[in-house]
Amino acid sequence: MNEPDRKSGPLASFFREGLAEVTHGSRRYHLWMASLTFLMCCGAFAYSVQIRQGLAATGMHDHVSWGLYISNFTFLVGVAAAAVVLVLPTYVLNDLDFAQAVLIGEAVAVASVVMAIAFVVVDVGGPARLWHLIPVIGIFNWPRSMLAWDILVLNGYLLINLALPFYILFAHYRGRTPDKRHYLPAVMLSIVWAVSLHLITAFLYAGLPARPYWNNALLGPRFLATAFTAGPALIIIILQTLRRVTDFVVEEATIQKIALVVTVAAQISLVMLISELFTEFYRTTHHGLSAQYLYFGLHGHNMLRPWIWTSIAMSVAATGMLSVHTIRTRERFLRLACFLLFAAILIEKGLGTIIPGFIPEPWGRIDEYFPTWVEIVVSVGIWALGCFVFTILCKIAIPIELGRRRYAGSSPAGVQAAQGVQFGGVARHGLGSKHHDPGGAG
Amino acid sequence: MNNPFQILQDKPVDRRTALEMAVGMLTAGAGLALTSCNPIASAESKEKAQLNWQEYFQGNFRLMSEDEKTTTVERLERLHELNTGSRINVAKSGPREKVLFGYAFNISKCRGYMDCVRACVKENNQDRKNDVRYIRIHEHKNGQFAFEEANDEFFHDVPAAGHFYIGTQCFHCQKPPCVDVCPVSATWMEPDGIVVVDYNWCIGCRYCMAACPYDARRFNWADPMVPAEELNPNQHYLGNRMRRKGVVEKCTFCIQRTREGANPACVEACPTGARVFGNLLDPDSEIRWILKNKKVFRLKEDLGTEPKFWYYMD
Repeated sequence: MNEPDRKSGPLASFFREGLAEVTHGSRRYHLWMASLTFLMCCGAFAYSVQIRQGLAATGMHDHVSWGLYISNFTFLVGVAAAAVVLVLPTYVLNDLDFAQAVLIGEAVAVASVVMAIAFVVVDVGGPARLWHLIPVIGIFNWPRSMLAWDILVLNGYLLINLALPFYILFAHYRGRTPDKRHYLPAVMLSIVWAVSLHLITAFLYAGLPARPYWNNALLGPRFLATAFTAGPALIIIILQTLRRVTDFVVEEATIQKIALVVTVAAQISLVMLISELFTEFYRTTHHGLSAQYLYFGLHGHNMLRPWIWTSIAMSVAATGMLSVHTIRTRERFLRLACFLLFAAILIEKGLGTIIPGFIPEPWGRIDEYFPTWVEIVVSVGIWALGCFVFTILCKIAIPIELGRRRYAGSSPAGVQAAQGVQFGGVARHGLGSKHHDPGGAG
Repeated sequence: MNNPFQILQDKPVDRRTALEMAVGMLTAGAGLALTSCNPIASAESKEKAQLNWQEYFQGNFRLMSEDEKTTTVERLERLHELNTGSRINVAKSGPREKVLFGYAFNISKCRGYMDCVRACVKENNQDRKNDVRYIRIHEHKNGQFAFEEANDEFFHDVPAAGHFYIGTQCFHCQKPPCVDVCPVSATWMEPDGIVVVDYNWCIGCRYCMAACPYDARRFNWADPMVPAEELNPNQHYLGNRMRRKGVVEKCTFCIQRTREGANPACVEACPTGARVFGNLLDPDSEIRWILKNKKVFRLKEDLGTEPKFWYYMD
């Protein structure tokens, strides 16, 4: 590791050391980053094909005009919003068990928002003309267009989730205790923002009477419930992995608390699913044709049917597993259940929400949608980008949180105190808890 | 040009194509500098690069001054000439006073001949390669009005016994949901009631297509192709001028014709007189007579879109 330079300021030093951190690592780390880079390059190549040929390179057409990209976007917005599940108890309710996970949750949020934005960018027909969106030099149709709202909340959420962890990390890096008065307003904002982020994304679809499948009041709440299932499920998988591959200590209590959140959210999601199925099928109207297509197929077209039933089966199985205390507390079963839920909601949000909204089209024609290799490879590339961003964020954050990276110019007493906090117990971040001795403020 | 399909078709990457791609990206400046400073590049390619550059930074048509509009359509005409050697005329005529266009469709008279569709494709320079159509003719069985049961892809003699025909296209709603959702206001309703798209301002997000309950909008999934000898040179900036790939287009009530006082191509082409077009604000117009004397209805009125497109029967 580089010898920290005492002469440079803490900010420059933070970024220089951060850069050093992400460019150095074990063989396994380099292999992981190299594979991600390879996948991103594949994605970039596929995107170049799409740029040359136009969106004709995708499987979309005039009747299913949004496909895999917007599906992924919708799912990832949910994952991003789920950081609030960790932020809320940690910063507001002072529940320290969540504190260890909160920075990881925020890193997941950042990576998800980056992916969500990337999925929108690759979906537009004229990416070069996106400057038309920029207020003043372009036209930003706000507040009329829900898409304008969505762009606003997405970028705002990204900024909050970059600024907040940066403030905390930078304070720890300098051996100081983050000042609650500084970050608490941002935390409150991020909580409201996270909920509105996903709700507004739901409104994007729910606000279209042209598509009866989306045009219902349950869409938003159901988005939130599934988001609070898939997001924390992903975070559990990540925490269990980080615990294995790094020195980052994650208490079992933390994981169990997040698992409880996942369980409740998954149960609520299932209730909402039942409610939706009842409304669509008790008395079938022609507004229910999309649901009919999705769950049972319509006039011999049933491409999505196996997917959605797989998703439901996985959801039900995982929710059942999580609901039994003795199963939930076993690491392996918990991981399996979280994986099942994540995959189930990826399918449900991905294939089962956006695409059936377009099938049948407004005059009843059924034109199915099959993604092309270009779409799939671009999507994989963007997921690799997300993993890449997430890995970088963790690689910088974890050594600071472990107290291994400290600004050389910070006072020895401060460093000591901060390290005392690091290894002293649950108050890993010293997030202004009642039990925490604010000795690091020196 | 010896190849009639060359108007907007993909070509092997020569300097021009390479330049266009460069202009298409934000790094276009470098491309322009390369050509402008290249002593070998012809004056024409320099001019083209400059025009492409200016076009990239042009504003929203609705907010342009008259002078800017003139510059913009002249640039389009010049670019077309540089690219193909042929001349077009791009109008920018605005709405006339006291005009609100409306449309009526006589279900009793339509026999599914599809002459309207053919005329529309030709008049509006629609992409031949991908068979883009603004009008759909739905063949319904007698006794059945549900569109889900209708067939809009029939390949048999018409009128088929026991069937009737209904055409749909953009209804130019007075409360258009597609306009509300556009994040960049690239689509709007003109004062004479025509819902238009600025193809240069559209970013291609396709939210308007999701918002339209009538399947009125079409997207250019690839570069549109119109054979040179079939190109309609009488164009309007907001109407039938050539689109680019990655933007949305739609029926404009043939804005290039109707703003000059003519009927839309579909009305003119219909051999049965099933289509009526006119000024809703003119009490003596045929469309007003129909609204007054026929039992008219509109489709999906429950969505509150207020289409300016009525159906009636004799």
